Amino acid sequence: MDQKKKKSYLINTAAIALLYLLFFVLIQTKTINNYFVGIMIMTCIMIIMALSLNIVAGFLGQMALGHAGFMAIGAYSSAMATKAIVDAGIEMPSILLLLVALLVGGLVAGIFGILIGTPTLRLRGDYLGIVTIGFAEIIRIFFINFGPTGGAAGLKGISKLVDFNNVFFITVIVAVLIFTFGRSKHGRAIISIREDEIASESAGVPTTIYKVLGFTMAAFFAGLGGALYAHYQAFLEPSKFAFMFSIEMFVIVVLGGLGSLTGSILSAIVLTVLPEMLREFSEYRLLIYSLLLIIMMIFRPQGMLGRSEFSLTDFIDKLIMRKNRKTTSDGGEK
Amino acid sequence: MSVMQAKDITMQFGGLTAVDKFNLTLEPHELVGLIGPNGAGKTTIFNMLTGVYVPTIGTIEIEGQSIIGKKPNEIVKMGASRTFQNIRLFKDLTAIENVKIAYHNFIDYNLAQGMFRTKKFWSEEKKAQDECFKLLEIFDMGEYADTLAKNLPYGQQRKLEIARALATEPKVLMLDEPAAGMNPNETAELMKTIHFIREKFDITVLLIEHDMKLVMGICERIIVVDYGKTIAEGSPAEIKNNPDVIRAYLGD
Amino acid sequence: MNLFLQQLINGLNVGSIYALIAIGYTMVYGIIKLINFAHGEIMMFGAYFAFIAATSYNMPVWAIFLTSMIIMAILGVAIEFIAYRPLRNAPRLSALITAIGVSIFLQNLALLIFKADPKVMPKLFPEKIFYLGGIEISSTTLITVGLAIVFMILLDLYIRKTKQGRAMRAVSEDKDAAILMGINVNRTISLTFALGSALGALGGVLYSVAYIQVFPTMGVMPGLKAFIAAVLGGIGIVPGAMLGGFIIGMVETMTKAYISTTWADAIVFAILIIVLLFKPTGILGKNTREKV
Repeated sequence: MDQKKKKSYLINTAAIALLYLLFFVLIQTKTINNYFVGIMIMTCIMIIMALSLNIVAGFLGQMALGHAGFMAIGAYSSAMATKAIVDAGIEMPSILLLLVALLVGGLVAGIFGILIGTPTLRLRGDYLGIVTIGFAEIIRIFFINFGPTGGAAGLKGISKLVDFNNVFFITVIVAVLIFTFGRSKHGRAIISIREDEIASESAGVPTTIYKVLGFTMAAFFAGLGGALYAHYQAFLEPSKFAFMFSIEMFVIVVLGGLGSLTGSILSAIVLTVLPEMLREFSEYRLLIYSLLLIIMMIFRPQGMLGRSEFSLTDFIDKLIMRKNRKTTSDGGEK
Repeated sequence: MSVMQAKDITMQFGGLTAVDKFNLTLEPHELVGLIGPNGAGKTTIFNMLTGVYVPTIGTIEIEGQSIIGKKPNEIVKMGASRTFQNIRLFKDLTAIENVKIAYHNFIDYNLAQGMFRTKKFWSEEKKAQDECFKLLEIFDMGEYADTLAKNLPYGQQRKLEIARALATEPKVLMLDEPAAGMNPNETAELMKTIHFIREKFDITVLLIEHDMKLVMGICERIIVVDYGKTIAEGSPAEIKNNPDVIRAYLGD
Repeated sequence: MNLFLQQLINGLNVGSIYALIAIGYTMVYGIIKLINFAHGEIMMFGAYFAFIAATSYNMPVWAIFLTSMIIMAILGVAIEFIAYRPLRNAPRLSALITAIGVSIFLQNLALLIFKADPKVMPKLFPEKIFYLGGIEISSTTLITVGLAIVFMILLDLYIRKTKQGRAMRAVSEDKDAAILMGINVNRTISLTFALGSALGALGGVLYSVAYIQVFPTMGVMPGLKAFIAAVLGGIGIVPGAMLGGFIIGMVETMTKAYISTTWADAIVFAILIIVLLFKPTGILGKNTREKV
């Protein structure tokens, strides 16, 4: 690890700590109310969903329109797991229970990622898109008809384990892991498939394995997001995981910039908070939202950040450089 | 033992025979040219040798092991890598990333080590960075390491593609019209580089060209194909005076 | 046996509507490679205009259909012009997001104008039931299937026999070559949207007559199913959309009758997935290999 990397780690860690401190103070002093804390928690979950979808859509370059399906699997499986633990009367600290939930949600969704990805990733473009929609719908219809998870009426009585404190740090960890994944040899191999699949194979990359890996990683983190959702809402119903929800996540990723993780984060924040802000316009809310979406795409089709990442270190460097230039030019005047 | 051997490979698309009973034996350290007029089937031969197409009939072996039915990436691992006629780089990645992707199989850390950035990750990434940078420098491309492939000048893109193919540490390097679109100076320089890398890496080079002059200069042996068939094979001097070759190129 | 024949007729009824809507998806996809997510909403608005024409203006039936189809053709062209044309050279996914945006917009516009409560669609056709060896066929079913088939034949003739139809095929085959041949690509694309939207509107009116209801989100599910039908048949291929539409309609009706109503949609999707796994570009799709 060189000097520059160390510096950038330090800056980012400090920034995250500061951000957390800020929210912590705001929440403790009741400057922001519970309703808004709820929005922040949902935003964190949507960030995880968008980041994980970006692995398939941005890194691998495949149209995946069924992300809500993996989220549903993660949500329901983790909820069943924690319910079983609680019902069995096993005592464990809530953070440990949450960890179990995350692990179960992520792993079960990841397994489904392998099962679904292996046969379908031969399909290309829009055909893959429609097949992912299909799987997500089948999953949703399964939960509507499946008695043990409450069917269409929903699953009640899930332990509420998620609060802003833990969801904030889980989101940070997930973001960092997906980031490092993208910058590892595995991430590079996946990105090379997006760039040119034939060239990638000719460069010795086992493309099939990496496609499934990318798909599975995305499913894993989506399942983890689902587990968070389940243990925040404490209630699940199949209708939440409908087709439009998958589309919503996809919109977030494209709007942020395919392949840009910081773009996904930014976009998830904007697109989760914005509709809430527009709530006072109630019936015009989605009209405005959709118009903004259309206008945004017409004027910035590559998304907010395109494929580039926002780097706090570079940003600070630039700020300092500008200041330096200013001081030297000031000095010159004297 | 020969490095690569193809016996009677034939490729049919529907009713059309693009390549008809083509034979090829590459000895270690050879520099062989595959020439022929446009549409003669040269690229189809390449595609069969690298696993992009599976020949309708025939066998292909790399150091005695059959590659029929193997995927392109498996064939790369066995020791044959290639470039493309119409450059296929990873356009939105930097030059060095392009090479690192091809170096993929020599970077040794697993998923978790990569995501949690263990010591192993850093040391292996450093090794990859150094090795790939060295490769770029062989092509005088060190200064372009962090330039996006799509922003490189055309000649550099061609060279980057060769560097990428070399990063897989091949025994046979197959170049599909590497000089296409280059000016005479660039071409001359490229030919020198090809000669150089053959010596430096001690590899076999198979070169497609349709510009005869160019191949004559550097290849020891030349195979001429037309309408999917080998019409002549021999040293540049022999090929130059072969009446069939002259007919194929100039018409009757 | 009678029940089976009865279901066959029902399947044909639903299938012909899906086929009409699927044609719009497939035509647009064929020409600009865009999944026009707003097509389901075109269908919905088509139904609303027919509802207004029938209840407020008391138009004759043929005029109701014509008005709805013409208005939707214009709207379709307008949507392409405003929302899709500026993105023609942008990444395809951006255009897709725009289409999703248009879909959400139209749905909420309908919600604002017509409110959420379903309107009852008046019976547009004289109610008569024919008995054919124990099976019942209503006049509505007959007219629905008949109209759908007539329009599909007309469309097929139009695409194959007329100059504009040839231009459409040329543009979807190779846009750049079409420009060089002097074809006005913009006009051809507009025409494609007009035809696709008109047929979508026809499908919408027939759908609302069959289910006696009009409401703002009515386009979502039939839209999705018609899209599946288009993909199943091989997207971009008009006869494929028709075939796909009938297959989806048939499968849906049969599973509802014989297997389960709640699982019907899941089975439809499962069939689509299985077909695509064996035939990755749909039933009538051609496998194109990327040139190396």
